[in-house]
Amino acid sequence: MILLAQSTSIFDPASPPAESIRSLSVLVLAITGFIFIAVEGILIYSIVRFRRRAAAGTALPPERAGESGMREKEPPQVYGSKPIEIAWTAAPALVVFVLVLVSARTLWEVNVPPPQPRERDNTLFITVVGCQWWWEYTYDRYNGRELGFTTANELHIPAGDKGVPRPVYLTLKSADVCHSFGVPRLGGKTDLIPGRTNSMWFQTDKPGLYLGQCAEYCGTQHANMLIRVVVDSPSDFEAWLANERKPAVEHPDVRAGRSAFLGQSCVNCHRVRGTPARGSYAPDLTHLISRKTLASGMVENTPENLRRWVADPRQIKPGCLMPAFGLGDREREDIVRYLLTLR
Amino acid sequence: MSVATTTMAGPPAGQSFPVPPAIRPEHTLSPGQWGMLSFLVSEVALFGTLIVTYLFYVGKDVVGPTPAEALSLGLVVCTTACLLASSATVHVAERRLERGNQVGFLRWWLATLVLGAAFLGGTAFEWHDLIYRHQLTISRNLFGTTYYTLVGLHALHVTAGVSIMLIVLGLALCRRVTSANRAGVGLVSWYWHFVDGVWVVVFTVVYLVGR
Amino acid sequence: MAIAEAPRGPITRPEAPPWTAVLHDWVTTVDHKKIGILYVLMAVVFLVVGGVEALLLRWQLVRPRYDFLGPDTFNQMFTMHGTTMVFFMGIPILVGMGNYLVPLMIGARDMAFPRLNALGFWVTLLGGLLVYFSFATGGAPAIGWFAYAPLTERTFARSAATDFWALGLMVSGVGTIAAAVNFIATILTMRAPGMALRKVPFFVWTMLWTSVLIVFAIPPLTAGLAMVLLDRHLGAHFFDVQNGGSALLWQHIFWFFGHPEVYILILPVFGMVTEIIPVFARKVLFGYEFMAAATAAIAFISLGVWAHHMFTVGMSRTADLFFIVSTFMISIPTGIKFFNWLATMYGGRISFASPMLFCIGFLSMFLIGGLTGIMLGAAPFDFQLQDTYFLIGHFHFVLIGGTLFGVFAGIHYWFPKMTGRMLSERLARWQFWLLYVGFLLTFGTMHISGVLGMPRRIYTYDADRGWALLNQLTTLGAIIQAPSFVLFVCNVFASLRNGRPAGADPWDAWTLEWSTPSPPPAYNFAVIPTVHSRRPLWDLKHPDDPDWQYD
Repeated sequence: MILLAQSTSIFDPASPPAESIRSLSVLVLAITGFIFIAVEGILIYSIVRFRRRAAAGTALPPERAGESGMREKEPPQVYGSKPIEIAWTAAPALVVFVLVLVSARTLWEVNVPPPQPRERDNTLFITVVGCQWWWEYTYDRYNGRELGFTTANELHIPAGDKGVPRPVYLTLKSADVCHSFGVPRLGGKTDLIPGRTNSMWFQTDKPGLYLGQCAEYCGTQHANMLIRVVVDSPSDFEAWLANERKPAVEHPDVRAGRSAFLGQSCVNCHRVRGTPARGSYAPDLTHLISRKTLASGMVENTPENLRRWVADPRQIKPGCLMPAFGLGDREREDIVRYLLTLR
Repeated sequence: MSVATTTMAGPPAGQSFPVPPAIRPEHTLSPGQWGMLSFLVSEVALFGTLIVTYLFYVGKDVVGPTPAEALSLGLVVCTTACLLASSATVHVAERRLERGNQVGFLRWWLATLVLGAAFLGGTAFEWHDLIYRHQLTISRNLFGTTYYTLVGLHALHVTAGVSIMLIVLGLALCRRVTSANRAGVGLVSWYWHFVDGVWVVVFTVVYLVGR
Repeated sequence: MAIAEAPRGPITRPEAPPWTAVLHDWVTTVDHKKIGILYVLMAVVFLVVGGVEALLLRWQLVRPRYDFLGPDTFNQMFTMHGTTMVFFMGIPILVGMGNYLVPLMIGARDMAFPRLNALGFWVTLLGGLLVYFSFATGGAPAIGWFAYAPLTERTFARSAATDFWALGLMVSGVGTIAAAVNFIATILTMRAPGMALRKVPFFVWTMLWTSVLIVFAIPPLTAGLAMVLLDRHLGAHFFDVQNGGSALLWQHIFWFFGHPEVYILILPVFGMVTEIIPVFARKVLFGYEFMAAATAAIAFISLGVWAHHMFTVGMSRTADLFFIVSTFMISIPTGIKFFNWLATMYGGRISFASPMLFCIGFLSMFLIGGLTGIMLGAAPFDFQLQDTYFLIGHFHFVLIGGTLFGVFAGIHYWFPKMTGRMLSERLARWQFWLLYVGFLLTFGTMHISGVLGMPRRIYTYDADRGWALLNQLTTLGAIIQAPSFVLFVCNVFASLRNGRPAGADPWDAWTLEWSTPSPPPAYNFAVIPTVHSRRPLWDLKHPDDPDWQYD
């Protein structure tokens, strides 16, 4: 699944903001394309039509004219023309006017402030916090219901269906430096700026996986702050929600691992709901295994990769903020087995 | 050195080449004056950035002291008066020099220097008070950060002005500054007036508007 | 019959001065021509360094998940590449050529403040060296050339590299402002008799407006950098978000500098190209007054467009709209210039020596860069393409296609004047075509990568994103461009030694610098000329039909 090529083309919109921008893009491309062909055409025509043709027996080319003092007759010197200048000032001004209007219209369509949540509004409200180099998603409300759980790196949203759109409004914040949330098929990007709250929206009717990634340089692993938006059918989404809202699975077989996990400094950063682990600096692990990837989209979420990560995260993601803890083999194995139960 | 060596034929028989119209003389400032002016524009941009930053952060502190708590007008009105007076004295000094009155020039130039130094002394005193009585440092809060940067940069400019005036004073005492070569003195006085002008803005923003 | 000959003594030549004397002369010079050449030499060295950094970046991206460079090294490389090219290549080369040409073009013997001129150069060089000293801290800064706060705060940038970077830029900024002050004073007060401001060579006009922009735009950067250093060392809170500081404030301050900066990088080139095209089309510039007015308009408007670099930060729609309007507006005077260049060529008798070749490269590619700029000015379009390879493509089209090609045109045009030798046309053609083709491949392809969603400043990417082939083409283009720079340097060295002697006026041109010997003597003009029109040498060569009749 992770290896399927996913389009992130701006010309493959799946959401109204992306569609509005695509329409604008096509129009702008058409206008500038036309200007390009016309102007470049005149340039090429001028070069070809007015190239210097040496008449027989006359002077050296201009670059050698100074030597002999023999010079060809100069072409007519045209100093300018006010009417022409006005014409080619007015025409671009007109084009600019049209472009401003079209851009303004699209801008007003795309940058819509979030509404107030209401009962049965079919709207999902999520707070996104950008962290160096992963994404925290806190689900606030859906369809008027309060949710109040936090997850990381995999964003599940419901698809619209049967004429019922299910818009998603993201509130964007940052825990550290500037980031930017951009999933091209769903809409333009918006920055996450520390100390500031931004918002963006999208909605789609097509279930599937939509990729994006952080689009504002944020440090060493900016390249691997990947975004995975999983669009579920409404019923699948409800099932996912129901699972996410539950506290962590308590499996009797991994009690050793659970104790080891809770006794380590893991709990300083990570949260596992239903246990004493209540750290908020690192991804919430309550339903870690429900996610398809680790390290914010870098590797598949397999037991082997999880083992490698816990042993030394910086082998997978050099520079990331989680260090290797120098766990003994036994302890590490126990912890990994515990983590593997967190579906 | 010569014009490009091209053979140029004389005018055809019976005709003469067109004669260009007379050149109208141009009156403009001297190079030094344009130079100082351009430099002062860059200073406007520099101070402008810090003033905008100051205004941006006004009222945004989460911890005190606030400008209203920490700043008092008494001392700063005196230092402002000193600085504004120094603009007057430097102007008088220039007039004296123009008329060849060396002693008068020295006297009024020295007065400018002293007033500038008094401004700096007053600022130092004020800062001592701010730091020790109000615990306001550059790292205390946004007000401290923007205040010391803006007022500090201005004080740095006053210091530079006073230093340059000291050099001119030294040169004048060695009789190297006369009415004939007073252009440099004029440029220094432009700089000094500018520093004063900036202070009027900074004073208004920091001590009146921001409080 | 034996012919008695005078005994032949050894051939005597005037003694070439020892290299120490030559070095001393260059290091202590206040001659604008030597200082101009020093600036250009500095720029060429940094061009090569920045180019190597770019090649390293391109090699790392040639294949998905490649580990040629680790993330930290890659991030340092793009930071230094951008910083180097903008501050230690772009500005110095233009200031250098301006320094060389402006006094000659206006009929003066030197700049208004020769010692300030020298100070400006050495301070600029010092700034460049300071920034590169950052490698001694264990690595260059990895903050991006626009260093968005709070990445530059101590918390996120622990080593002293950022301090060297900020300090180096503050120092070189002083040099740049000094140069601008010098240009303004020189151009406004030292023109030859009869050369009214509306009759100056167009390059002089653009250097004047460039200097005005420098004086307005560089100090805000200096202020911002000072704020960064205060945050890092004295606990100030300018960009310290935890204590109320604002990350956005840095962006506003930086781009208030940053946008005029790119016009600082292009206006002198507009001037150079405007000098060269008429000479090689054998026609006077079409619409000088409108070109001049357009230059001033561009300078003014450029101070009001900065937040189009910030369309995605979440400003209000009204604020976005303001910057959309101002950004689109600046395209109008730029278009006017373009049409005037075309009108100059139209009806002319165009020859294609290397200066003109580079001018045509400039025209063809700056057009594209300008048009993609207009596209990005439509803010919603920018929402998708901000911080993607489309943007990198856009600004390299204007910076390389525009600035660098224009600079090469200027160097090929004025090298004969500066050295008395012609550059090799053959090497120049090879350089041009390698650069042109490689450039189009690299940066044209980037537009596609951007549209397909590839963001900038990423040290690697996954194989399933569909970007691998595009990146390979981009890197291939870079490999094609690299030898063109080697060819250029070879051309310069070979021509210095064996180039055809140029004479005073090899191109049959019309402005005052062509009336001096090549290279000009230290005093430029034995007699300060009197001029009556924009083309003094045209008047001399065509006394029957002088330009001033059409003023």
